[in-house]
Amino acid sequence: MIAAISVQNLSISRGVRRLFDRLALEVKAGEAVMLAGANGAGKTSLLRAVAGLLRPDAGEIGFQDAAGSEIEPEVARSDHLHFAGHQDGLKAQRRAGEEIAFWSRWLSGSAGDQAAAIETYQLKPLLDLEVRVLSAGQRRRLALARLKLAPRALWLLDEPLAPLDAHWRSRFGEEMSVHLASGGLILAAAHDPLPVPHRVVRVAG
Amino acid sequence: MSRLLALYRRELALAWGRGGGPTNALAFYVGAATLLPLAGGAEPQRLAAVSIGAAFAALALASLLSLERMFERDYEDGALDLLILGSPPLALTGAVKAFAQWTANGLPLALAAPVVAAALGASFQLAPLIAVTALLAGLAMTFLGGAGAALALGARRGGVLVAVIVLPLYAPPIIFGAGAVSALAQGLPWQPPLLFLAAFTLGVVALTPFAMAAACRNAAA
Repeated sequence: MIAAISVQNLSISRGVRRLFDRLALEVKAGEAVMLAGANGAGKTSLLRAVAGLLRPDAGEIGFQDAAGSEIEPEVARSDHLHFAGHQDGLKAQRRAGEEIAFWSRWLSGSAGDQAAAIETYQLKPLLDLEVRVLSAGQRRRLALARLKLAPRALWLLDEPLAPLDAHWRSRFGEEMSVHLASGGLILAAAHDPLPVPHRVVRVAG
Repeated sequence: MSRLLALYRRELALAWGRGGGPTNALAFYVGAATLLPLAGGAEPQRLAAVSIGAAFAALALASLLSLERMFERDYEDGALDLLILGSPPLALTGAVKAFAQWTANGLPLALAAPVVAAALGASFQLAPLIAVTALLAGLAMTFLGGAGAALALGARRGGVLVAVIVLPLYAPPIIFGAGAVSALAQGLPWQPPLLFLAAFTLGVVALTPFAMAAACRNAAA
C-alpha cells in the first residue's frame, strides 16, 4: 500500500511548450494536496504523469510504502491508485448497473465493496438507466463510485467536484475525509477549495 | 483472468449493441458482393471464375467497417486511461479487444463467406475450405485492423485513415486465403497456401497486440 509519493525535479512539456520545470511535491498518508493553477498550467498533465499515462521530460516520481521502501511504479499504478480524470470513462449506451459491474471486476473489487459503492453514491435508482440519459452530476457520481469499488490508497482526482451539486460536494467531502482518516492519500486538481483540510501546491510555468 | 473475461463480455455487448455491429457488416458484405455481377456481367461462367476472389475482396472491405471504433470509443470517453492503468498487460487487453471484435464481426462474416461465394457460382464442395480460410484471414485482418485503429487514435476522420493503413497489410491473407480455395477448385495442392495463411495469422495475432499497446500509450500521453 502506498504511504507516500515523492515527485522531484519534474519537468513536463506539451508539444513545444514547457508547462513547468523542476517541480517538487510530496504527499503523505492521510494528507490531501490540491493542485492549483491557471487553465493550461499543467495540473492535469501532472496528475497523468503521476498515474504513468504521460512521460515527463525529466524528474522522478516515486511511491513508498509505510516502511519507507520504494514500491515498483508499475505495481503502484496498476494496483494501488485510482485515477478519476475529468472524463468519466463511461459508455453512453450501457446501463449504469452494467458499467458498475464491469469496473468492479476490472478493478478486482468485491461484491461487498460494490454494494457499498452503490449505497454511498445512491446509485440504486440509476442502475437500470442507460448512461446517456444521466445528467453530468449523476455520471460523475457513477465515475466516483469507482473509488469505492476497490479500496486503493492513492486517489488522483481531476476536477472531481465540477459537475456535482452542493449536497454531493459535501457528501464527497465526507468520503474524502473517511479515505484520509484510513491512511489514504489524495492528489486533486481543482479550482475551488476541496471540502476537506488540504495543502495547496501551485502549478505554474 | 476474470478481468479480461469481463472486458471480453463488455466488448461483445458494445459490438452487438446499438448502432449496427455484425448485421451492418453482413449487409455490407452481401451488398458489395452483389455489385460484382451487376458491374461485370451475369454470365454464370464468367462469374464463377471470379467468385472466390470477389468473395475474399468483399470480405476484406466488410471487415474494415467497425474497426475504427475498437479503441476510439474508449479513447474519447476516458475509459482507455483506466484500461491502460489496469493490472493486465496492455498488449493482452488489446488482444482481448481485437478477439471480441473478431467474434462479433469476423466470425459472422466468415460464416457468410461460403454462402456469398456459392451465390456467385463457386462450387459447393469449396464451402468448408472457404469457411476455414475466411475464419483465419478474418482473424488476421481484425488484429491488423486493431493495430491500425490504435495508430489512428486522435486523428480526425480516423476511419479512412485506418483503411489506408490497413488495406495494404490485408494482401497476405487475401493471397493465401483465396489462393488455397482456388487451388482446391483447380485440383492443385491447397494445403501449402492454407498453412501459409495459418502461419501469417498466428504471427499477426502474436505481434500486433504489442503495436496496439504502444499506439494506445502514445495516444494517451
